[in-house]
Amino acid sequence: MIGLSASLAVFGQSGSNSPNYFVSAVVGVSMFIGIWALITITNNLLFMEAKKVGIDTSKNDFSIIPSVDAAFRKTGNESSNAGFVRLNKGFDIKLAGKAKSVFLERGTNRIALKPTNFIGLSPIPKVEVVVGDSVKAGDVIFYDKKNPDVKFVSPVSGEVVAINRGDKRAIADIVILVDRNQSYKTFNVPSLDADRSTLVNFMMESGAWTMINQRPFDVIADANEIPSNIFISTFDSAPLAPDNNMVIQGQQDAFQKGIDVLAKLTSGQVHLGLSASAGKPFEGFTNVKKTVFSGKHPAGNVGVQIHHTAPIRGNAKVWTLGVQEVISIGNLFLTGKFDGSRVVAVTGGELSQTGYVRTYIGACVADLVAGDVKHDNVRYISGDVLSGKQVDKEGFLDFRADQLTVIKEGNEYELFGWLLPLAPRPTISGTFPNFLYPNYEFEANTNTHGEQRAFVESGQYEQVLPMDIYVQHLAKAVLAGDIEKMEGMGINELTEEDVALCEFVCTSKIPLQSIIRQGLDTMREQA
Amino acid sequence: MGLLNFIKKIEPDKKKSPLLHTAYDAFFTFAYAPNSVTKEGVHIRDGMDLKRLMVHVVLAMQLCYLFGTYNIGHQHFVAAGQYLGFMEGFHLKLAFGLIQLLPIFVVAHVVGLGIEFVVASKKGHPVEEGFLVSGALIPLIMPPDIPLWILALSVAFAVIIGKEAFGGTGMNIWNIALLARVFVFFAYPLTIAGDEVWIAGYEKIAGGQVAQYGWWHTGFFNSIFDALGLPLFTAGTAVVDGYSGATPLALAYQGGWEKVTQSFSSSQLFWGAIPGSIGETAKPLIIFGAIFLAVTKVASWRIMLSMFGGLVFGTIILNAWGATPFMSITWDQHLLMGSFLFAMAFMATDPVTASNTNTGKWIYGFLIGFTGILIRVINPAYPEGWMLAILFVNTFSPTIDHYVVEANIKKRLSNA
Repeated sequence: MIGLSASLAVFGQSGSNSPNYFVSAVVGVSMFIGIWALITITNNLLFMEAKKVGIDTSKNDFSIIPSVDAAFRKTGNESSNAGFVRLNKGFDIKLAGKAKSVFLERGTNRIALKPTNFIGLSPIPKVEVVVGDSVKAGDVIFYDKKNPDVKFVSPVSGEVVAINRGDKRAIADIVILVDRNQSYKTFNVPSLDADRSTLVNFMMESGAWTMINQRPFDVIADANEIPSNIFISTFDSAPLAPDNNMVIQGQQDAFQKGIDVLAKLTSGQVHLGLSASAGKPFEGFTNVKKTVFSGKHPAGNVGVQIHHTAPIRGNAKVWTLGVQEVISIGNLFLTGKFDGSRVVAVTGGELSQTGYVRTYIGACVADLVAGDVKHDNVRYISGDVLSGKQVDKEGFLDFRADQLTVIKEGNEYELFGWLLPLAPRPTISGTFPNFLYPNYEFEANTNTHGEQRAFVESGQYEQVLPMDIYVQHLAKAVLAGDIEKMEGMGINELTEEDVALCEFVCTSKIPLQSIIRQGLDTMREQA
Repeated sequence: MGLLNFIKKIEPDKKKSPLLHTAYDAFFTFAYAPNSVTKEGVHIRDGMDLKRLMVHVVLAMQLCYLFGTYNIGHQHFVAAGQYLGFMEGFHLKLAFGLIQLLPIFVVAHVVGLGIEFVVASKKGHPVEEGFLVSGALIPLIMPPDIPLWILALSVAFAVIIGKEAFGGTGMNIWNIALLARVFVFFAYPLTIAGDEVWIAGYEKIAGGQVAQYGWWHTGFFNSIFDALGLPLFTAGTAVVDGYSGATPLALAYQGGWEKVTQSFSSSQLFWGAIPGSIGETAKPLIIFGAIFLAVTKVASWRIMLSMFGGLVFGTIILNAWGATPFMSITWDQHLLMGSFLFAMAFMATDPVTASNTNTGKWIYGFLIGFTGILIRVINPAYPEGWMLAILFVNTFSPTIDHYVVEANIKKRLSNA
């Protein structure tokens, strides 16, 4: 400090006429460094003192100046036991055809179970039934020979009408004709005070285990691993996604029972992710840690919520379940019967009527649509437009799907379509006048709007993914096969639905979800 | 519909005539957005694609093109002491500028696109749109008097060695337009050395040198102007005595800001009626282009802002050093001279050659600003630094990204 003031005096007397920016800059910088050094030394002294006294230093923040995050984070109401996370990145795609809040009277004639819905399952599982068998809801349909304790059961009672095979005799789907009156297999439900292995064995036997998704890699849960936490996202922010407030009506007891069961199975807690704008129906549940999320899509993605509440560290495993899966587990424990019912939102701009249908897992698309579609050149998607899978007109919903989307196929040429688009289309780019119409609902179609190119634009993926991951570099690491880099960059925290929005905004039309899936498969084989 | 069917019918076979097929495909996708639908992954795609991105960058430059064309003519006549007011002799200046610019524009595009078509047909993939922007940028950064054969060679060098050798669009390390410019700079230094190449139409800039008018001037345009009753290109137009044709930067190098203000006023420097490369002089038009690109999020505002910050920081240090009069020029004065704004708006923000991470972009832009101003002021051979600075930092942008990603990886591992 003495040297500084001495040099100041020398400079001050140099007598130059022009304002000497250099001197003022040096003075400013050294003052800044001095204050910073003072604060750092004080923080370190506090830290050492705290360690000496014995306070847990890893959880608490020992510094004079609060971190930027803590200073600006809006704290939730502490007494209501809910954290609050504001997500700044993301993008909401507004499409036409949102499901109206009514239940449509549509019966379900056929359902199908598809082994391909489960990642990591062997392609030819052992099928316990043959064509023509009558099954009750809860009867075993198939199981994986590598993991024979986990049973995949029928969600409905009915007759097995077809076992379709795909390439190399892999089972494509098992189709069941649904009985008019449902009959159920009765299970002996263990009490919740039983030890963990009893509960686990019961769930594997009754088919409830298949409702659980384990991360990383989105696979069937490993019975020998205790998850560090369980996460349930109570809202879905994807385009045209169903409103879970329609689903939870009348099923609150089952949901609470499901939570209680899950709480017994983890070493940590069951976390609920609530929507800041529409989370009221889920506020009353107990035995959970609630966190409110505010932001655009993908705020409703459970992967994003995990990242902001309790990120997956090291070799830890976590479980994720949807609201309807938890209700199924709860109903199983309350009634002793396997509950394969689902509330499915029938959505999309190409349907005359949209709404919700009470149906079962794996419902037939034709039954859900009931001929209501405006024309033939459409695409049926099991799930939402970002991460759903295309299905046939006569196809079936996927195991975890709670939505059917029907949109126009975009297989037409457009004159100068890239320069002067005539039809409005959803985009994140500022070169379209979409910002003038913030609430416009787009009629999306499946045109790629351009051909695939190499990576050119940067920063687009990070703009819509509220996680601390460099997605473009991760994708390049996957393409290069660099396993250490993939793991270091956090591929285990991702799944396809998290990068689906990144794939949507990509200017170069790169198949990002399939790249990430390729990386996840590589990581899974390494483990 | 009939037109579309006809066009589809005349599609050349891919195997029998690959070059024709590639050319057909390029023009077809230029006119018609393809009808391909999504297969795996997302079912709907953003309306933005690479063609649209490129065309917006080209659009942002169009005002610079208009002004630059006119300015070529204006400088030509100012050297002869005629039509000194900016708008005087409007038709003559515009005609002269067009005659000078259009061959440059056409040669750059034909050579560049021709090479791209041949390479794409050999590799069997569609022509990629990267050259739309490079082809639009190259004429703007060349001196107006550049011989066309040198231009063709430099474009060929940039496209073959700078781009296709690395794998095409999206794979190049260095900015393509700047590679073309740097080829001219290093391979034909005498052509662009000195003050003479910045005024078009005279063989040497010395008193009494007669303007060189060809058939386009005296035959084609003169007949039009004659019919309209306007003044004509006259054969004896000659440079006035004492006119040096020096650009502001050349003057600044000789004698600092005082020397510059002897020949040009600040407002002249800002509005751009000064000698220089074709597109770099009109500052308000470039600023408009930069804002247009930043607002539509086509270019990164982080790079622009940090490059400006690097300029200011470097200038402050040089001002403190103050060894030569050039070093004492302040940052706002540096903005008015040379091609800083053009490099900031169009060259540095090229997403392929810049750093990909946001943190990396701040560092990248700052380094360009800082290095560029040092090269401009300290380098004795050539009073402009942005081309060299940008190419230099382009070499390091993957390194910057590498360290940003490594920091992310370390943070993740330390939390595990």
